[in-house]
Amino acid sequence: MIPAPFSYLRPASLEQALGALASHEDAKILAGGHSLLPAMKLRLAQPRVLIDLSRVTDLKGIREDRGQILLGAMATHYEVESSPLLRKSCPLLPEVAAHIGDVQVRNRGTIGGSLVHADPAADWPAAILALDAEMEVAGPGGRRLVKATDFFTDMMQVAIQPNEILCSIRVPSTAATVAYVKFAQKASGFAIAGVAAVVNKKAATVQVGITGVAPKPYRAGAVEEALRGQLLTSNSIAAAAEHAADEVETLNDIHASADYRAHLALVNTRRALELAASR
Amino acid sequence: MAAKKSNGYVGRALKRVEDPRLIQGLASYLDDLILPGQLHAALLRSPYAHARINSIKTDAARACPGVVGVFVGADVNQACGVIPCAALMPDQKAPQHTVLASDRVYFVGHPVAVVVAADRYAARDALDLIEVDYEALPVVSDPEKALAKDSPLTHPHLGTNLAFTWTLAQGDLAVAFRQADRVIKQRMVHQRLIPMAIEPRGCLASWHPGEQTLTLYTSTQIPHLVRTLLPAMIGVPENKLRVVAPEVGGGFGSKLNLYAEEALCSHLAMRLRAPVKWIETRRENASATIHGRDQIGEYEVAVKKDGTVLAVKARSIADLGAYNQLLTPAIPTLTGSMLSGCYKLKAVRMDLLGVYTHKMATDAYRGAGRPEATYTIERLMDLIAAELSLDRVQIRQKNFPKPAEFPFNTATGLTYDSGNYQGALKKAQELAGWTKLLQQQAAARKAGALFGIGLSTYVEICALGPSKMMAAGGWEWGCVRIEMSGKVTVITGATPHGQGQETSFAQLSADALGVPMEDIVVMRGDTAVAHYGRDTYGSRATVIGGTAILMCIDKVVAKARRLAAHLLGTKEKQVEFKQGHFSVKGSPKKTLGWKQLAAEAYVAKNIPKDFEPGLEASSFFEPPNCTYPFGTHIVAVEVSRETGEVRILKYVAVDDCGPQINPLLVEGQVQGGIAHSLGQVLFERAVYDENGQLLTGEFMDYPLPRAKDIPEYIMDSTVTPSPSNPMGIKGVGEAGTIGATPAIANAILDALSPLGIRHLDLPLTPEKVWRAIQKKKH
Repeated sequence: MIPAPFSYLRPASLEQALGALASHEDAKILAGGHSLLPAMKLRLAQPRVLIDLSRVTDLKGIREDRGQILLGAMATHYEVESSPLLRKSCPLLPEVAAHIGDVQVRNRGTIGGSLVHADPAADWPAAILALDAEMEVAGPGGRRLVKATDFFTDMMQVAIQPNEILCSIRVPSTAATVAYVKFAQKASGFAIAGVAAVVNKKAATVQVGITGVAPKPYRAGAVEEALRGQLLTSNSIAAAAEHAADEVETLNDIHASADYRAHLALVNTRRALELAASR
Repeated sequence: MAAKKSNGYVGRALKRVEDPRLIQGLASYLDDLILPGQLHAALLRSPYAHARINSIKTDAARACPGVVGVFVGADVNQACGVIPCAALMPDQKAPQHTVLASDRVYFVGHPVAVVVAADRYAARDALDLIEVDYEALPVVSDPEKALAKDSPLTHPHLGTNLAFTWTLAQGDLAVAFRQADRVIKQRMVHQRLIPMAIEPRGCLASWHPGEQTLTLYTSTQIPHLVRTLLPAMIGVPENKLRVVAPEVGGGFGSKLNLYAEEALCSHLAMRLRAPVKWIETRRENASATIHGRDQIGEYEVAVKKDGTVLAVKARSIADLGAYNQLLTPAIPTLTGSMLSGCYKLKAVRMDLLGVYTHKMATDAYRGAGRPEATYTIERLMDLIAAELSLDRVQIRQKNFPKPAEFPFNTATGLTYDSGNYQGALKKAQELAGWTKLLQQQAAARKAGALFGIGLSTYVEICALGPSKMMAAGGWEWGCVRIEMSGKVTVITGATPHGQGQETSFAQLSADALGVPMEDIVVMRGDTAVAHYGRDTYGSRATVIGGTAILMCIDKVVAKARRLAAHLLGTKEKQVEFKQGHFSVKGSPKKTLGWKQLAAEAYVAKNIPKDFEPGLEASSFFEPPNCTYPFGTHIVAVEVSRETGEVRILKYVAVDDCGPQINPLLVEGQVQGGIAHSLGQVLFERAVYDENGQLLTGEFMDYPLPRAKDIPEYIMDSTVTPSPSNPMGIKGVGEAGTIGATPAIANAILDALSPLGIRHLDLPLTPEKVWRAIQKKKH
């Protein structure tokens, strides 16, 4: 398990990091390293240069900012899981964090690293989609915001250019009526069907993000439509959840066939909505 | 024997003396060993399951900085000899198993070339520069398809995929089936499993050119067997070969083998005159260390309508993989031997076909052939009970031999040493609250839940074994030395690798010698220290190795008694030995302890005439029989109708391994075994696709049970001594995994039985269970 040779840079600021990214071909950003390093050890990834963001303090921390909550891209899963601010104001994120890997993984892995890696079975995308989060991306031309629904473009592809770096994730404050329900792949712990639900009782709307089921995480639009303006009852939720895998092509592998995955998407959508509504 | 004298260590749940160094990171595993000037080997392995090698270009790899040499089959196979199989069947067709592939590769992971370099990084980088021109050939990865007339051949030059046929036929099967009221049939698949020891394999070979001796450090269960077998491969005589097993991080049978890499590194160390180290990666471990199980059986059982089981017939296919490793063909034959379980059958027949496929070899793993037997007979008992509408507990009881019928001769030709199957079953039922559990199930079913209760009443074969059963001796060796200071050195040839014998052997030695445990050191794992041994597998170390230690102690005590008589000025038979002290009968005030006697024995100025100086003895123990531990496991589960997930609600294990030297070690062994079974029943399986690609070659795809998967265990034991050794002990290393698999499977299938589901093959993954439920809905 030895990676191919690479050189290693550890910039002290975002500007330096962007500069390093601009001046090296075939460079990869190193955040927590929990997806990249295993891929490098198997030589599935062989970047020539690693740019380690661990010294870039601007990318760390979780704070309130103009009515939103701003998570630095380098916030670890554990920091999200244990954040008093998030537990109070955006409890979906700590709930999702607790499903990621194990304690060791959560202590090293970062929310930004996971989002940019965009594994189709990662946990974060479901929450990010359900929360309508925004990604703040920095590049040579300055900063821009990308909506969650525009962020995941294809399997392991996101709307970030090779010369850009994800800086932060902006999420709204929510009520406690949120939930994440996951059926995990037994070996890896990744989601076979992970469903994040945000219920807004006042507006009578729900937002549902689903990961693990399709080549890219998605919002369950048909479920949301079916429940718009509806009273949330077990019947209305169950009927709406039937549409959780509409309009997507479900993945099929040795861990779960396409139809079992679709079935789990339905079941977990129902369970997540019921749980969120009950909170 | 000496064990009867006790100052109270034996029987106590003492913490393991091994653990402080292990949990503090102070122990030395193979990769912790560093020799001056050591080189590192990395292996290039085949990405194809079957291919012709047209050419291998190694120039670029050789030119890599740090690379010392690159070798292919033609360079080393002659010098490294053939990897041995100690269990080939008469007339078995077998391919020659060289350390590197020569002109063809036969499984994914087959070693093709080796790079030796100054460090691991250079060696690994150079692998990417070797160019092999493979010509892909037709692949067979399914053992049933391998038997079809038009199947691709694993080894075309053998002309067939059928390696051997083997038949076990005991009793009059035809009569038994004629007498039967019913014949119940079931096909069962025992899926392929990957051992996945947490520490992968590895070895470090060091050649001493002056002495012309070789030291091989290797992560193995069997340093002594390696020392026996390796000389024939590499030409170093046995007495110039030292094999050392340092701390070994798990074996489960997968390190009960002699592997290509051990011979290859030994050869390269001699050839390059430098120590050569190789550490296996996880992917290599998954694809090129032996696998377990992979048997498919068509079973028929003949029964009377009152539930009397008359006979079992099996037609089984064992997938051997591409090659025969050390014991490959023998493993499925153990299934036949244990197929009658703990029941009084009249006849058993097993027709076994050993089949080659383009996969890694199967061999001994977690119970080695016996789990297949126990799973089969215990599933069959439940199927019989269901079909005849009989109580599954009662039909088991009906077919048990009574305690007074032991030694009990089985229908398969074995002699079970001792047993009280009724006792263990009764105790397990009590602990489980059987009647209440049945009521709970009835209520749960009424409410629509899929609630299942399963049990298995198992027996297994341990303490392998009498030498007449084994290829190269089934005895065990030990040595006990009272050092000049009075401290005690105990040496075992049984090479424990995690089982805890440094603790249990110290306990039994301390009691027998009457010394504090702290005064005893147990040494193992180095053939220069433990000169002879047959090592640890088949739950043999404590029974056979422990008895050898006691034999040594008897000899040492006898010798000390003679010296004491001389020093006390009395006759030997007047000397009494009690709690570490020798005295003249009737005058207990004047005593001699081990310290004084040892000093006299080694200073040797005042010793009896013809008395050899020193206080040391060694012994070989040859067991007269195997031992047959048994027990009952009871499991309650709930299955989700919606997702097919299984939740374990209750787990009760009552195991009888005879008297326990250290109940904490027994509990640990059983718990680990049950965890293994949970993996086998619920999710573990090796998946090869039709091209022979291994799809489960990493922990990302091959699930092992984790702490959160393990339910709370309710554990207890019964104690039925074995007559085959003085301590009456039976062995417990594999009991958990043999008893648990059918119990858990029976519980899940019991939960599904109201839906009309009769049998499903393991693993019972949520999807498989869900699919079966869906099928019954439509």
